[in-house]
Amino acid sequence: MGEVLVLVEHTDDEVKKVTGELLTLAARLGEPAAVYVGAGAAAALETLGGWGAARVYVAEAPELSSYLVTPVVAVLAQLVAERSPTAVLLASSAEGKEIAGRLAVRTGSGVITDATDITAESGSITAEQPVFGGATVVRSTITTGTPIVTVRPNSVAIEGAGGAAERVDVTVELTGAATGARVTGRVVEEKGERPELSEAAIVVSGGRGVGSGENFSVVEALADALGAAVGASRAATDAGWYPHQHQVGQTGKTVSPQLYVAAGISGAIQHRAGMQTSKTIVAVNKDAEAPIFELVDFGVVGDLHQVLPAVTEKVTARKG
Amino acid sequence: MNIVVCVKQVPDTWSEKKLDPSDSTLDRAATDPVMNEMDEYAVEEALRLQEAHGGEVTILCMGPVTAADTVRKALSMGADKAVHVLDGGLHGSDALATSLALSKAVEKVVGAGGVDLVLMGSESSDARMSVVPAMLAERLGWPQLSFAKEVVVEGTTVKIKRVTDDGYLAVEGETPAVVSVVEKINEPRYPSFKGIMAAKKKPVETLDLADLGVDAGAVGLGGAWSRVESFELAPPRTAGTVVTDDGTGADQLVEFLATKKFF
Ligand SMILES: Cc1cc2nc3c(=O)[nH]c(=O)nc-3n(C[C@H](O)[C@H](O)[C@H](O)COP(=O)(O)OP(=O)(O)OC[C@H]3O[C@@H](n4cnc5c(N)ncnc54)[C@H](O)[C@@H]3O)c2cc1C
Ligand SMILES: Nc1ncnc2c1ncn2[C@@H]1O[C@H](COP(=O)(O)O)[C@@H](O)[C@H]1O
Repeated sequence: MGEVLVLVEHTDDEVKKVTGELLTLAARLGEPAAVYVGAGAAAALETLGGWGAARVYVAEAPELSSYLVTPVVAVLAQLVAERSPTAVLLASSAEGKEIAGRLAVRTGSGVITDATDITAESGSITAEQPVFGGATVVRSTITTGTPIVTVRPNSVAIEGAGGAAERVDVTVELTGAATGARVTGRVVEEKGERPELSEAAIVVSGGRGVGSGENFSVVEALADALGAAVGASRAATDAGWYPHQHQVGQTGKTVSPQLYVAAGISGAIQHRAGMQTSKTIVAVNKDAEAPIFELVDFGVVGDLHQVLPAVTEKVTARKG
Repeated sequence: MNIVVCVKQVPDTWSEKKLDPSDSTLDRAATDPVMNEMDEYAVEEALRLQEAHGGEVTILCMGPVTAADTVRKALSMGADKAVHVLDGGLHGSDALATSLALSKAVEKVVGAGGVDLVLMGSESSDARMSVVPAMLAERLGWPQLSFAKEVVVEGTTVKIKRVTDDGYLAVEGETPAVVSVVEKINEPRYPSFKGIMAAKKKPVETLDLADLGVDAGAVGLGGAWSRVESFELAPPRTAGTVVTDDGTGADQLVEFLATKKFF
């Protein structure tokens, strides 16, 4: 059984949950091996082993973090050449997809983005992707090169029957085009305790019905009571009520949480494109005709300024 | 500063998109075509950079005959000229093939007078892959400055703010470079009447695969490195419960959340 490379998504001090999901999928296709680029690998080894990684390739030279995307492509391309893996799996984040795209060009391989499931049948790998905002489900195979697949967060439950992972250090040389885009600063505009939007199990989103930036506090309060991330419609981000990074939809993030709560959001097709694969959908909207109600498992026709604070209070009270 | 802007024609996002059962490609006849919204921001940013730094703005669009409308729209916003990559053999091209054809077309414009920047949208609303800019940068060997919410050019250095989950990265590179923009970067202008009239006389060069020196076997459905095996409509969601708040709406919602073990 060949090796399946999984690119680790991480911040400086934490491995993202989607990596465990990728390793779980990798175990179905071959022997899972993680690829960690950047600082912090030592602390991550145990987690990665627990999630089933047999091996962790570590490239931690500081200069690898000084350039955008290309150093990771260089590491993966080198491993693809040396190890001839069965497949390479990455998270479907903005950066994950860019890395996948460049790696595909460099290694002469087919690439599938935004998969929600991967299966191996008679030697070929089939990926399932929801397209057009989840209205159609497509199954595709990669016919050329090393299959490269990016997978959406929350697509599978982490199984992780693993033990200890062996660490293998990797060095790459960055030349020419690999040093073209220099990262000169990292600015954190907001850092809270809330989970990251695309990975969160629960998302509470607000739209134009929220009414103002200050009023988003009712959305945040419910999010905190449920341990959720906060999302927003484009109407709300365009108005400057909530930061752009939180936008859900066609031109924002695609989320697929266990629970999506839409408050004061009408449910325009472009918003639905980012959330309609959520497992459970709840809406609060004062207009009974709002299209969002066509999607819901549970809906309340009412004023969100009354309903949300009351729900927050009751949830908090019942949690004790 | 000479700028190439890549614009794609896509189905209107207000329409329901479908795949054509005969070859599993997007059924373009079923929808109204428009310019990919994100690309309007790229055109606007190019025009603003041109106002500040001079040079020419060239529109680059790969697409079927109808894509000429999208090319015209970009010209009516104020771009100077256009290249339309048009060849039946491109039907069904994936992102790899698209980036190959676009890279050859960019090289043509480079040969004709030089290119300092390629501006693109960061995502097309139909494919939603967000990979063509990265692939194009890879093929050209130029710096990739993608997901920009701000672009500044100082001499030969291009500085962008790249959006991240919690803020932004400051990234810079030397020209020639590939830049992709997000929709918060500016407010695209509407074509003026004068602009629409002027666009009718602006030069549009049509290039086919032979002009680009691209092998027909490398693009289109046959050249794709992945293959759609099957597709189906997602099952419709089962109708849920909708209650009207009579003072107990919150209680009923909390009950629902509790039964589903969400807290
Ligand atoms: C190319 C393109 C891309 C787009 N991309 C996106 C995208 O990524 N994401 C996105 O979200 N949109 C996107 N849009 C915009 C989309 O078409 C809608 O305009 C947008 O989603 C509307 O946001 P909304 O639901 O918050 O506002 P509205 O449609 O104005 O709806 C507000 C809702 O709030 C309800 N309401 C008002 N007050 C209250 C109250 N007190 N209590 C309860 N309910 C109340 C109203 O009944 C109404 O249903 C895009 C559009 C285009 C053309
Ligand atoms: N056929 C095309 N012609 C011109 N530009 C394109 C084409 N396809 C993609 N692009 C550019 O690449 C960007 C990202 O597209 P995508 O990777 O498909 O999401 C778009 O916003 C366009 O700028």
